[in-house]
Amino acid sequence: MSPRQRLLLAGCAAPAGVFFLAFWLLPVLRLLALPAEKGWGTYFVVLTDGRYMESMLNTVLLSVAVTLATLVIGATVGIYLARRSFFGKRLLLALLTLPLSFPGVIIGFFVILLGGRQGLVAELSSQLFGERITFAYGLLGLFLAYLYFSLPRAIATYAAAAEAMDLQLEEAARSLGASRLRIVRDVWLPELAPTTVACGAILFATSMGAFGTAFTLASKFEVVPITIYNEFTNYANFALAASLSIALGIVTWLALFLTRQFGSGQAAR
Amino acid sequence: MRQPTHNRAPFLFAVTALTSLFMIAPMLLSVLAGLVNNYSVGIKSGFTLRWLQEVWEVYGGTVGWSLAIAAASVAATAAIGVPCAYALARSRSRLARAFEELLTLPVAVPGLATALALILAYGQIAAFRQSFAFILVGHIVFTLPFMVRTVASAFQRNDLVALEEAARTLGASFPQRFLGVLVPAVFPAIVAGALMVFTLSVGEFNLTWMLHTPLTRTLPVGLADSYASMRIEIGSAYTLVFFIVILPVLWALQALAQLMQKRYGT
Repeated sequence: MSPRQRLLLAGCAAPAGVFFLAFWLLPVLRLLALPAEKGWGTYFVVLTDGRYMESMLNTVLLSVAVTLATLVIGATVGIYLARRSFFGKRLLLALLTLPLSFPGVIIGFFVILLGGRQGLVAELSSQLFGERITFAYGLLGLFLAYLYFSLPRAIATYAAAAEAMDLQLEEAARSLGASRLRIVRDVWLPELAPTTVACGAILFATSMGAFGTAFTLASKFEVVPITIYNEFTNYANFALAASLSIALGIVTWLALFLTRQFGSGQAAR
Repeated sequence: MRQPTHNRAPFLFAVTALTSLFMIAPMLLSVLAGLVNNYSVGIKSGFTLRWLQEVWEVYGGTVGWSLAIAAASVAATAAIGVPCAYALARSRSRLARAFEELLTLPVAVPGLATALALILAYGQIAAFRQSFAFILVGHIVFTLPFMVRTVASAFQRNDLVALEEAARTLGASFPQRFLGVLVPAVFPAIVAGALMVFTLSVGEFNLTWMLHTPLTRTLPVGLADSYASMRIEIGSAYTLVFFIVILPVLWALQALAQLMQKRYGT
């Protein structure tokens, strides 16, 4: 490559580079340095302070549970839809993936409509048992809301992956007398493994960083994004908010990084 | 794969039906709740457009601003992202790979952290902090990687390298080659990227809630505000406004992207 050409490419990348440097990289580097002003211990507050540790564990456990449930349900629905043809299938698939464009706050509101004080379940249960059942503001509400925004991505991904699956393997297994359960275990699972890993990482990362949904539900079950928001706006504790953001960023990035390593390892084999 | 492999799968069917119910019922419920006179009484109380009208009076401005910010994000990410994608696709240096890696970080790092960083760095500049430009900057940073990645993979096609070389030997200058040959060739990818950027920007809340001020509100910010402080009918009507305004725009863009893909895609 000639120096002239190199200069040309550098010129092409410059506007985006300058913008990114000014409005992301430098501000984030400053954010990384911020906790140091309050002492080096501030960086490890998520490990040393029980309250923040609990919030982080809550978030990780919730995200793992949501990711696993979403993968199982999403795979089931995706495979079923890919294998069947029936009237209105395209419309159903469009409706099921529509929530991908909803902001998280809307999904929080949906759960309030279902399980809030004036919700559908409360109405039904008061008519049936004379008792208003609400679940929107606790762990179950949060779990269902996270499931709601995770499912569309998993369904779309698995529907596409199942379309590309090799039917002959399955036929071979069946003609050799394999049970349905064995086909799922020995044919489907290995074939869908790369999809599952990649999709799972994105689902986990999205759940870890989700803020709007938990914010709308004003949940009693505190997740890290809410903790960060409270430290920042209610207590103006910028160093602590920065430290928690870094911890959250590291966990999320690590999940994405590890699965990418796993993915390239798969490809190399 | 049109042939059903086995005829009955009651378990798969049950899970699919339940999931569909879980996904679709809340949408219908919110549409209904925004149109009835009194939610706790139900359909018996009759239908009304009163709540929609009230939403339009209080929050109508957020619709226009959300669309404007999304359009501006598309324009800005295309203007700086397309040349950048070209540079990344043609360069093999280690610096380019490192830059590409860095550029995708705002997607992996939670939006809250990006917003905090922006506020700490630029929050003191009041004119900037209090304008919609502050939100726009956050949206561009967050959506830029989607545009760059989509377009960069289109630039990598081998026939494009040959095409560019042919234009060069015929004496076309770089701006001529770029705007006359390269950009038209990757246009379907630009449209696909634009669709992604628009969708992400219109629904963005995590960053925007931190970056907004009482005078700079987008649609999702207004939604959160109405859910917290208004009656359930108004929140539902506002959600309905989101569907009515945003979904046709998204569908039109999607149809356009598919048309481009069919006509010009390879």
